[in-house]
Amino acid sequence: MIQIENLTKGFNNTVLDGLNLEVKTGQTCVIIGRSGCGKSVLLKHIVGLLRPDSGRVLVEGKEVSALKEMELSVLRSKISMVFQGGALFDSMDVAENVGFSLLEHTRISRDQIMKRAEESLSLVGLGGIGSLMPSELSGGMKKRVALARAICIRPEIILYDEPTTGVDPITADSINGLIRSLHDKLKATSIVVTHDMKSAYHIADKIAMMYKGKIIAEGTPKEIQGTKDPVVHQFINGLAKGPITETAGIFK
Amino acid sequence: MFSLFLAKLGRKVISFIYFFGGLSSLTAQTVYQTFKPPYKYDHIIEQAKKAGYDSLPIVSVVALFIGFIFALQFGYFMQRIGSEMYIASLVALAIVRELGPVITALIVAGRVGAANTAELGSMQVTEQIDALETLATNPVKYLVVPRFVALSIMMPLLVLFANIIGIFGSYLICVFKLGITSSMYVNMTFSALLYKDLFTGLFKSWIFGMVIALVSCYEGFKVEGGAVGVGKATTSSVVFSFLMIIAADCFFTALFYFIFP
Repeated sequence: MIQIENLTKGFNNTVLDGLNLEVKTGQTCVIIGRSGCGKSVLLKHIVGLLRPDSGRVLVEGKEVSALKEMELSVLRSKISMVFQGGALFDSMDVAENVGFSLLEHTRISRDQIMKRAEESLSLVGLGGIGSLMPSELSGGMKKRVALARAICIRPEIILYDEPTTGVDPITADSINGLIRSLHDKLKATSIVVTHDMKSAYHIADKIAMMYKGKIIAEGTPKEIQGTKDPVVHQFINGLAKGPITETAGIFK
Repeated sequence: MFSLFLAKLGRKVISFIYFFGGLSSLTAQTVYQTFKPPYKYDHIIEQAKKAGYDSLPIVSVVALFIGFIFALQFGYFMQRIGSEMYIASLVALAIVRELGPVITALIVAGRVGAANTAELGSMQVTEQIDALETLATNPVKYLVVPRFVALSIMMPLLVLFANIIGIFGSYLICVFKLGITSSMYVNMTFSALLYKDLFTGLFKSWIFGMVIALVSCYEGFKVEGGAVGVGKATTSSVVFSFLMIIAADCFFTALFYFIFP
């Protein structure tokens, strides 16, 4: 289970402002919100890349920011994160990228790791491309390779940072299908950050809307679709006019 | 006007303090991670090849020209006072004690240090360094330690090589242009050089290697703002490396002057 309690983080301005959220084990929670509202910052707190100004993030009951280096490494070996741009290592081929964690942290033979990398690539529909370099891949392929890298270690928690942003609708739909099927196969707890509502409805057990550094609404996709909250209503329907843009002073 | 100047100066001082604070922190982490197992020898060998073997052609050419230039410059004055035979000794001392280590360090800072910063900076802006951390891999251990160890081993070797090539360059000028006999040149070179001259030069080059690795990696890690940020960081990596090499050279030259007078 992932629990976020009164999480506050600021850089030049406040990004997270006393945010609370709970994601149960095995659940897929989709976090929606406008670009730049702090969704990625939230994910980085869960995996310990950022430390909160106040509040805490608990993963399996352990406070992430209080963990020592070794404990954090152990926790990270159970969590995978799929970055927005893929974040594949340029200096390695696709198979080495996918098997990176196993190559670095286990004594499994290289042949076995490469076999497992190939299995993970096949799971995301990219079997046989292990020898290519990341620079030879399209944007959609990079995202799927990043997904393969994430699942190669059989994680208990997967964090997705805008997995369908910047890819064509067909690739986006296949990525959504993959996230759903991986969830069913691995039974992993997933948090997906997106502003793609079609994607959110397709993969979510629960949707949480982030606005002004807080979670302002959460519920099942059906509950969110039927919301009376004007902010959530404007966002999920993609309306140019409404409380979000009025407050921000855009499109007046 | 004056307050504006003071504000600008204050900002520079603060950013300088930040720079040294960050660099000291990275140094401490790097030294700790260097001695902490597991040891990734293949990464060190790969970096040693990039930093050392691949730098040999440019170091050779520059060292050869430095040998030519110094033989001619010393020759210009020594011929006037009839002491050509001392050119070999002067060139050998100048190259082994000072020019070999400093020129090689400046070349490596420009060639290897800039490449380190650009590579790590690109990794930073494309979230590859964050990805390393999420894959339970310490970026200092994985990226900085191999560069640090490789440069601290390869710099003295490169300098040793540059010394030999530089002296050979001077030999060519002295023997074929200034009329000094080959045996005289060799004798004068070896009679002038002491072990301490070689040791001080190589010790300084070891320090320069560590400085280049740490400054270039530090600048790479703190890149912000995409391609522009990578460009700025690469420039400041080379500038700070040059400054720190010269400052360290000044410090250790003075120190050795008093320790081994």
